[in-house]
Order: sequence, then structure tokens, then C-alpha cells
Amino acid sequence: MAIFSTNEFKPGLKVMLDGDPCAVLENEFVKPGKGQAFNRVKFRNLKTGRVIERTLKSGDVMEGADIVDLELQYLYSDGDLWHFMDQTTYEQYAADEKTMSEAAQWLKGEEKCTVTLWNGTPLTVAAPVFVMLKIMETDPGIRGDTATGGSKPATLETGAVVKVPLFVELGEIIKIDTRTGTYVGRAK
Amino acid sequence: MITDWQPSASLEILGLRAQVLSQIREFMAKHVILEVETPVLIHSAVSDPNIQSFSINFHKPNQPGEEKLYLHTSPEYAMKRLLAAGSGPIYQIIHVFRDYESGKLHNPEFTLLEWYRPGYDYHNLMDEVGELIHRLGFKQTIRMSYGDVFDDFTGIDPHQINMVELQKVAKKGGLHTAANEKSVLLDFIFSNKIAPNLGHDQPTFIYDYPACQCALAKLNNSVPPQAERFELFISGIEIANGFNELCDVSEQRKRFEQEARYNSQTGKTDHIIDQRLLDAMISGLPECAGVAIGIDRLLMVIKGYDDINLVIAFPVDRA
Repeated sequence: MAIFSTNEFKPGLKVMLDGDPCAVLENEFVKPGKGQAFNRVKFRNLKTGRVIERTLKSGDVMEGADIVDLELQYLYSDGDLWHFMDQTTYEQYAADEKTMSEAAQWLKGEEKCTVTLWNGTPLTVAAPVFVMLKIMETDPGIRGDTATGGSKPATLETGAVVKVPLFVELGEIIKIDTRTGTYVGRAK
Repeated sequence: MITDWQPSASLEILGLRAQVLSQIREFMAKHVILEVETPVLIHSAVSDPNIQSFSINFHKPNQPGEEKLYLHTSPEYAMKRLLAAGSGPIYQIIHVFRDYESGKLHNPEFTLLEWYRPGYDYHNLMDEVGELIHRLGFKQTIRMSYGDVFDDFTGIDPHQINMVELQKVAKKGGLHTAANEKSVLLDFIFSNKIAPNLGHDQPTFIYDYPACQCALAKLNNSVPPQAERFELFISGIEIANGFNELCDVSEQRKRFEQEARYNSQTGKTDHIIDQRLLDAMISGLPECAGVAIGIDRLLMVIKGYDDINLVIAFPVDRA
């Protein structure tokens, strides 16, 4: 793997830190007038999402991390693993529950997901930003109530539960923002 | 595509810069300190291992080949030669150049105010710097020793702590590099854990640095010896660095040679010992204290800015 020096640490660069792949978020040059030059670097641990701040002597190097983002189609889940396919190479990848994390609850099949591979194996999976899902269970709608701003829980066809406005009905298809897990609107 | 031809500093800041420079010149005139100019283009690259010179080629019109010259990183050596020649108190406001320095607090070319006071010690000079800073609208300055401020913020004694303990503290503080030089470890702790907290209420002088950070300062007689050096911090930013100037030529030569050895180990092979400075010191550098103040950073802290590009008309990216 490539080696990167602190002066190559641009936001987005992927390097290995304490055995985990990390993305550089910020790289600040710090130097006392008469002293050693440092780079104060913020990293995001790509496994845990946690932000870590470390300081390196300017000119120090870190090993690059073999990280690739792929657009893969979600095929199915066998209960333990979620299977994806690269539609250009037909290569298949499997992600476990931990890797799927929040993404699993939004997927029913055929969605295109961003799968981050580390050394060729899925590290994280991001569901499409917006998904359209059918409401399978919710309290009866209050017709025309678009003004009070109240909400109620609704269970979707994937099993996910989201808060929806009171006027939304059972069986309707709604649009969800998967980054926040919130209701955006009814399907047009 | 339109280029970024416009200044990155507002016209208001450029006005403030002009005003601060004229206030400084007025102050210096009142204190009978002579304004001088020394060359930007010099023969000896800086010896300080932590500072890098830019080099350029000089072609003489009637000579074949070229001569390697450097842009000065500070006017210190030339000004000391003037002191040795009997100039008396002198100052200058000049651009200096440092390679490998760029960031929110660094532009590779920046404006330095440097002055020297024969017959002053560093505490006298801190008084005078404080007076100037106050004249520019800042509150009265306060002073803390390096040892005390280290103890306050980290609970360690920087003069006595051993290497293993120091490495532990640095690692815990987020230093990723395994370092075994005391100076590097102290620099890390100081610039990450201490400096950002300094000078928020009142401009703060820190004085008496560990001997490993002596630069060209005199050492005192304490055990272990400390460098009679000070820095000024305002709003967490290093603004000035000064010291009792080393006048002992054999000690000066020793430090040059130490730096040369270190530089050859780290591959910084460019610099040659500035024999003219040593000869000036042999002839006699008067006992004096000197200080350098970063004018760009001074403007930053006057305005409360956190980016040096906001006070320089054309920083390096649009120079």
C-alpha cells in the first residue's frame, strides 16, 4: 500500500491509524516560531465513525488504507448476511449485521447502495439517501389534518418504524431520508 | 475563468496595517531606536534545524555560472553585525521568508518587526514590548515562567521531567509520532495543551525556556540551566519571541556546530556557518536583548481573526 506524508493529508485521504482505516477530515499546520513543525490532524475512523485527533511531526508518514466505495445492488438477506452485486462485473459481496448497521432497515431489494470496501471486504453500507416504502401498520389517519403538526409511529414494509404525520394512511407509500430516518413526504 | 485577483484582506484591514506600522515607527522614534534596513538576499542559510530557507540562484553579469543565495528567515544576524559595529538601539520592519510554512497562522512570506536594545536585559525588553502593545490598544501584559505555566496546565515540571514520563504525557495528549527528543515533546505539549489557553484576558509573556529551546539566547545559572528567552501570547497565538542575546562567540560557534551536525543527520545540508556573524561577535557584540514580533499575527489578534489570509493583501496562493 502507498505511504503518505503529512503534506499529502488532504481531506478524504484514507490511511491506517492504530490498525483501523480512517479518513482525513482536517489537517492543520502548527509550528512554534523556534520549534518543531507539527500537523494536527482530525481523522474519522471508518469502522466506528468516531472522530480522532492526532498530532504528527510534519513530514511523518502513514500507510494508506485500501478503501474503495462501490455502487452495489442489494440482492437479498439470508438472515445472517446481506448480499450485494456489482452490476458491471457481476461480482457479489456479503455484509454482516454489524457492517449493515442502520442501512439494513431501509432495504427490501434491488436498491443501489454505497458499499465501502476495506481490503476487498464490506466495511460499511449506506442505503440510498431516499427510499420509498409502504406503510404496513399505523393508527387510522385523520383526514385533512395537515395543520396540527402531530405525528404517530408507522411500521414500514421493511420493519423499520418511523414517525409520520397524522394524516398519513395505512398502505400508503412514503419517502424517507435514510440519513436521518425521517419522513419526507407521500409518494406522488 | 476569473482569477482570485482581489486582495484576501479587506481594505479596512489594509488601513489598520498602515496605521499600526505608523504607530510602531512613532513609538520607535520616541524611544530613539534607529530604523535600519538589512538585505533580504543573503549568503548563509539559517542554521536553526526547525526553520528552512528558500534558495535562489544569482547570476553575475560578467561571470559564468551562478551563486546560490538565500532569502533571509530573519534579519537577526545582519542586525547583530550592525550592533557589533556600534549602531546602538536599532529596529526594522521587514518581510522574511520561510519554506515549508503555510497554514492558518503561517504564510511563507510575512512581516516581522525586530528590534535590539544594547544594555537591556530581557525583562527590560518585555517592559518595552508591553508598552508598545499597550500603545496599540491591548491591555497591560502579565508574565509567567515557562515552568509555572507548564505546571499549571499539565502538572509536570518541564525542567526536571525525564524522557519516559514526557513521552507518556505526549502520547496521552495525542502525539502520534514516537519522538525521543525532549525539545520536540515539549513543543508538542506546549503548542497543543498550553499555548491555546494563553493571553485571552491579558497579553501574556512566557519566559525562561528549557535549555534545549535556547535558540540564540543566553543561558542562566539555574540547575538545569534555562534559556533567558521569552515569548508573547495573545488570544492563544504566539506573537513575539525575544531573548538576552548570546554574545559569547565560542558558545555561539558551539551551537552552530551542534546545529550543523544535527542538520547533516536530517539531510538539511544547505547551511554554512555565518562567519561574518562570528567575526562581528569576536569584534564585540554589546550585551543586549532583542525581540521579533509578527505583524500579521498582531493584526489578526487586534481583529480577533483566526486566519492570517484575512490580514495579508495577497497571501502566497494569490501572490
